[in-house]
Amino acid sequence: MALFQLSRRDALILALFALVVVTMPVWTAPFGANYPGLMQKFAIYAIFAIGFNILFGLTGYLSFGHAAFLGVGSYTAVWSFKLLTMDALPALLLAVLVSGLFALVIGFLSLRRSGIYFSILTLAFAQMSYNLAYSVLTPITNGETSLQLTMQDPRVIDLAFSERGVGLPTASLFGVTLSGLSGFYFCAVVLLIAFFFAQKVFASPFGMMLRGIKSNQMRMSYTGFNTRPYALTAFVISGMYAGLAGALLAVTDPLAGAERMQWTASGEVVLMTILGGVGTLIGPVMGAWLIKYFENIFSSFNEGILSRFFDFVPEPLHDTVVAISSKFVGEGWQLTLGLLFVFVVVFLPGGIMEGVRRIGALFRRRGSPPKADAMRVQPAE
Amino acid sequence: MTTSERNVVLHVDDVSKNFGGLHALADIDLEVEQGKTHAIIGPNGAGKSTLLNVIIGRLAPTSGAVVFDGQVLTGKKPHQINQLGVARVFQTPEIFPELTVLQNVMVPAFARRDGAFRVNVLRSVEGEAALRDEAEAILEDVGLAARRVSHAGALSRGDKRRMELAMCLIQHPRLLLLDEPTAGMSRHDTNTTIELLQKIKARGMTKVIIEHDMHVVFSLADKISVLSGGRIIAEGLPDEVRGNVKVQEAYLGGAHRLEAVH
Ligand SMILES: Nc1ncnc2c1ncn2[C@@H]1O[C@H](COP(=O)(O)OP(=O)(O)O)[C@@H](O)[C@H]1O
Ligand SMILES: [Mg+2]
Repeated sequence: MALFQLSRRDALILALFALVVVTMPVWTAPFGANYPGLMQKFAIYAIFAIGFNILFGLTGYLSFGHAAFLGVGSYTAVWSFKLLTMDALPALLLAVLVSGLFALVIGFLSLRRSGIYFSILTLAFAQMSYNLAYSVLTPITNGETSLQLTMQDPRVIDLAFSERGVGLPTASLFGVTLSGLSGFYFCAVVLLIAFFFAQKVFASPFGMMLRGIKSNQMRMSYTGFNTRPYALTAFVISGMYAGLAGALLAVTDPLAGAERMQWTASGEVVLMTILGGVGTLIGPVMGAWLIKYFENIFSSFNEGILSRFFDFVPEPLHDTVVAISSKFVGEGWQLTLGLLFVFVVVFLPGGIMEGVRRIGALFRRRGSPPKADAMRVQPAE
Repeated sequence: MTTSERNVVLHVDDVSKNFGGLHALADIDLEVEQGKTHAIIGPNGAGKSTLLNVIIGRLAPTSGAVVFDGQVLTGKKPHQINQLGVARVFQTPEIFPELTVLQNVMVPAFARRDGAFRVNVLRSVEGEAALRDEAEAILEDVGLAARRVSHAGALSRGDKRRMELAMCLIQHPRLLLLDEPTAGMSRHDTNTTIELLQKIKARGMTKVIIEHDMHVVFSLADKISVLSGGRIIAEGLPDEVRGNVKVQEAYLGGAHRLEAVH
């Protein structure tokens, strides 16, 4: 069936990516990042960034409000847990649906403008959602205390089949509890599905039309395309990805707070995408992992760890090196991330993926001896 | 002869366009017959591009209307006008610089086949062999086959024009508007383009062409309108216009012979 077909190259990339994701507990161990809570975040924010990139990377429309859809996804999932069942699938489906509707409305209004005005509109709508969650909408969001599970939740589907247990339930999939490593593997499978769908979009005529909009929207109109619904569809798809990510956050920890919708969270996904490589499939994933790693691991480094790390430095210098480098870890992690970001934007405008490409090209030139035909001068045209 | 006997497909009906106090177009009437090539010549700033902008829906006329094949174009959106079979080559090439040459030509083919909006994520572009073959054939026609994997932004100005022409031709438009299609081209490429335009004329495509190169105009035009200061000051068969003294004065300030203009 056409739905499940990929080009040979894309199929290979998907297989390699699946291998990397599934073996995450192994290769994160040397970095001290192999605990399930963090790996779940790696998978979830990768989904968020992949979806964001379908809008930003393909159409060029830069949204500064995508955290709103993440928040809507979380709230919807928690409500699904409270009202229906602790099973994750209905929560994910409902979250994707509701965040998609939400994105349809916000996208419809925001896409009446382009460029910086579009960005500001999305930012305004997201801040509005954030403030509403703390004020008018507290019956739905539970305001500052966050939306949580309680012992009185109706959970009509679950309780029709079984007695209410002791203590708060955890999310599950067909009766299998999703926590710790099983929670990670659930997120990992969803990530792979999300990645596969992004590959389909990138390779499709629809994806090519989105690239056309980014490249020259005016030409698209005079070529016969109604560009607004194309951009809106991309906006809704990326809103659904965000909602899916938000729902997974709720699956791994059944709690939804409005801070998830704050503008800093919207900015973070922009950074992830730019850092990794706008418009590439893998780039946003790398960006997401890097930023989540910094936020969770780098920020916990202290002088003790540094002192051991710099053991090889001779004594008179040792303390100075530790003192200086300690400014860049721990609470200073954002400084390092900021510098890294500046470095990437200035020297690698295509993000980490451009770095990877350049290194690859370097190796190819070094690795294979120049063949006769490679030496031949290209004929002038 | 009445209009229907002459089979007029494009009517520009009493169109005026003001930019503030500037009358860029004043009471323009134009009739283009099916399958014919109608050239518009005139000095810089005469309003030639503005006239095409009004036809294509980029600018709304201050008054008047444009009718193509019984459909009023005025008030329609650019994509709707294109879907009625009107395509345009712009004075400064409007292309997709980040896409490859082949992709640039395939995108318009999708607009023709799938209409103004269709979400097609099931198939891959790679799997669209028929459209790709068609795009490659047209690139062959315009002499760009060797550049099909290049990024369009890296092409020379003349090559961009030829590619933009290919982007229009793949749509098989019923009306093709060309705004100085050979500007910036070498003599050789200009001649290739003339041959190509003569070939598509044989297929019955109606064309409106703005051109400064009189060699191109007299090679292609069935009829010529001379625009100056937003008004049509002369109109007729090529030979009639060539000998028109008023035209020579308006167009050349009387300084050169018409044939020598580039
Ligand atoms: N969008 C616009 N806004 C204001 N003035 C314009 C605009 N487009 C064209 N003009 C003016 O209208 C006149 C005709 O321009 P144009 O149609 O481009 O001339 P041509 O193509 O014959 O050289 C010029 O004086 C030009 O400056
Ligand atoms: Mg002009």
